[in-house]
Amino acid sequence: MALSQGIMAASVVDCCSRSWSALALGQNVGPIRWISLIVTKTRKVLTIQASTAEEPASFGPSSQKLWTPKLVTNAVATKQDAPATTGAKGGHELLLFEALREGLEEEMERDPTVVVMGEDVGHYGGSYKVTKGFAEKFGDWRALDTPIAENSFTGMAVGAAMTGLRPIIEGMNMGFLLLAYNQISNNCGMLHYTSGGQFTIPCVIRGPGGVGRQLGAEHSQRLESYFQSVPGLQMVACSTPYNAKGLMKAAIRSNNPVILFEHVLLYNLKETIPDEEYICCLEEAEMVRPGKDVTILTYSRMRHYVLQAAKTLVSKGYDPEIIDIRSLKPFDMYTIGNSVKKTHKVLIVEECMRTGGIGASLRAAIMENFFDYLDAPIGCLSSQDVPTPYSGPLEELTVVQPHQIISAVEKMLSE
Amino acid sequence: MRFRALRSGFKFQNVAGRSLRPGAGGVSAVGRNGDHLDSSLGAAKPSLSPSSSSSNYHTSRLSHNRGDCIRPIGVTRHVGAYTSRSIAAQAAEKQENDSASSKGGDIEVELLNPFKLHLLESGPPTHLHTNKDELMKMYRDMNVLRRMELKADQLFKTQQIRGFCHLYDGQEAIPAGMEAVLTYDDCVVTAYRDHGTFLGRGGTVFETFSELMGRKTGCSLGKGGSMHLFKKENNFYGGWGIVGTSGPLGTGLALALKYTKKPNVTVAIYGDGAANQGQLYEAQNMAALWNLPVIYLVENNHYGMGTAEWRASKQTTFFDRLHYIPGIKVDGMDAFSVKAAMQFAKDHCVAGKGPIVIECDTYRYHGHSMSDPGSTYRSRDEIQNFRQERDPIERVSKIIVKEGIASADDLKKLAKDIRREVEEEATKARDAPQPEEHELFSHIYRLDTGLVTYGCDRKKDVELA
Repeated sequence: MALSQGIMAASVVDCCSRSWSALALGQNVGPIRWISLIVTKTRKVLTIQASTAEEPASFGPSSQKLWTPKLVTNAVATKQDAPATTGAKGGHELLLFEALREGLEEEMERDPTVVVMGEDVGHYGGSYKVTKGFAEKFGDWRALDTPIAENSFTGMAVGAAMTGLRPIIEGMNMGFLLLAYNQISNNCGMLHYTSGGQFTIPCVIRGPGGVGRQLGAEHSQRLESYFQSVPGLQMVACSTPYNAKGLMKAAIRSNNPVILFEHVLLYNLKETIPDEEYICCLEEAEMVRPGKDVTILTYSRMRHYVLQAAKTLVSKGYDPEIIDIRSLKPFDMYTIGNSVKKTHKVLIVEECMRTGGIGASLRAAIMENFFDYLDAPIGCLSSQDVPTPYSGPLEELTVVQPHQIISAVEKMLSE
Repeated sequence: MRFRALRSGFKFQNVAGRSLRPGAGGVSAVGRNGDHLDSSLGAAKPSLSPSSSSSNYHTSRLSHNRGDCIRPIGVTRHVGAYTSRSIAAQAAEKQENDSASSKGGDIEVELLNPFKLHLLESGPPTHLHTNKDELMKMYRDMNVLRRMELKADQLFKTQQIRGFCHLYDGQEAIPAGMEAVLTYDDCVVTAYRDHGTFLGRGGTVFETFSELMGRKTGCSLGKGGSMHLFKKENNFYGGWGIVGTSGPLGTGLALALKYTKKPNVTVAIYGDGAANQGQLYEAQNMAALWNLPVIYLVENNHYGMGTAEWRASKQTTFFDRLHYIPGIKVDGMDAFSVKAAMQFAKDHCVAGKGPIVIECDTYRYHGHSMSDPGSTYRSRDEIQNFRQERDPIERVSKIIVKEGIASADDLKKLAKDIRREVEEEATKARDAPQPEEHELFSHIYRLDTGLVTYGCDRKKDVELA
């Protein structure tokens, strides 16, 4: 099919710099059968079927629109003109941690400079089985079991990355990475700048965070609020097996240090993902459900709470627009802005802390850029400013629950 | 035993009253038995020269014209004012140098102070063979560094250099000795006192001054400052401002060397103050565990800022702290001692024997930083003593004079020339342009993955559809 060879939705730079004025033609999309064509200005997504191509997948945001997320939790009625909906042909079903593993494995096969290091990533197979079988397949040096010394093995990864290796640092739990904060902030984040562009740190820092099931305060941390002010870092949060794999691959290929946030409670989320290679854009939000009444911005596990709440809201006659912001730094202000322009009302739902969290920054960014489009104050549902308690009922009170989302939307829309 | 560690019973008077042997003893013109000199010892690099492009030509000429050492270094001006030398040019220079220095040395140098060994059956040789080229290069390089630091001091006092500035003078023998062994394929990473290391790695005086004065012609485009000097093409992985960081970073560099199977070493430099950082021992555990080719070089100048080593460390020697990593203690005020130890350590690492620690006993003439006069926690006598008895430049110049390579007057004239050159480089750097405004947002992210951003709190308006 002629179109398949000619159309690339947009080149990477075009997409992300948000200069949608021109479609970059002539780049191949790769072995992806479903191609979305993003049209200038309206940004309406058409889907066309193309013949398979031999080229490797391109690196761009177009690919994320190629698949219908078939989440177990996704029970929201989808509107007719929804983007990102195509029927899945083939594909395979897997859990989120398996999707991460698949992405990691593909990149390690493709690029010998990609190495995984961290506590128990080798012979044990990773505490959440993300690197299971890697030691046998890639050898001890590429699935490097480190001592329990987060500070220095993160520093070593930075040193190795300076020479051109692409280390993936697994924090067994995000809370442990606080021991490596100096390395992540001073070394990872700032080196490209302080060396006047001489060095890059193409590393990925990933691990489980978020409030689990009664894991206690230290193991229930949302470190995105700590890391968001470090210049030079990029942060993404995955929420489905599809975007987990796509973001993992993108993070590895990026020349910036990327922190990939996973959530302890999402590792066993099941979804059918394409058999073909695909990559997600690191800087783009995902439109989960288009609507017109209110924009709900969320990420990570809260996406699924929001979807749960949306089910009720839709049955009550509301039409919320749900966006998984995915890129925690920088924010995709283009997608967010266009949504605000449409709905004029914003509710942020996050698991991060109330003070100095992602929601706080997001709210500030929306106020600064799109104040004129707002019809109501921006709502923000965040975790309480307490160390996450062990007790089940208290833990539930700490993080946002679906019913709170429902009442927040109802209140906002009734005013 | 002349070479004494400052032990826990240390008091200021002890240091001042230490019996220190005059710098230039132990030189004997043995002559003609220079075959001992391992040719790789001479894997020389261009001189630390303010206008470095021409220096090698001159140093290589020196070997043919004894006493001719002054004139050539009068130096052609570096024309490409704001550009550092190209990698290709350096490679060519280096090759030229390698062939020049492989001739070996005909001058025997006896090391003044014995090495102390830890977990090693034999250590570096106590006699070294050198040649005129190397001696003159060391003299010149150390002088350029000394002069640059003195000028930096002056520029700071006239407020042309701001912020933090940690001077290297007094410790010149370390980069001079170290770089006599290393090649540019070896990796070096250090902490904040990095001017000397940067020059040793092929940085120029102009780049340094530019960076110190925040000019766009600096090695980090004026965005790094004194503590953040880098030279990627010569594998200099920087000056880092956080004490102790160079340990894990250097270990990671060594990990990459091992991973890519390169026959090179990494030198991770830290001070006696950083030697009590926990991350260092975490990293050294891994280096030993995985047999990584890394040399931990401790620049022990006896004071972590204003705290004497014996007030901060239970054990004030750093080469013998771990029972699973061998170490050598070296007279860090003598470039030849450093060179001998470095050669030994590099051979040790390349042979796959794992990491090694070299502790250089050295001294900084200036205070910790510019706000520190350097005299509240140490006595003037102590400083004077080091200057008079163990000065690294004096040590080399005495050998040069004794060997008849150049007269004292010649050296004085050479030093004067260097002083003038450094002054000129400083003036040139001062006149260089400031970074442009758009540089504020450059080099935060690599844009080749499609990112154009100004952070969460972006300043640029978003144009909506």
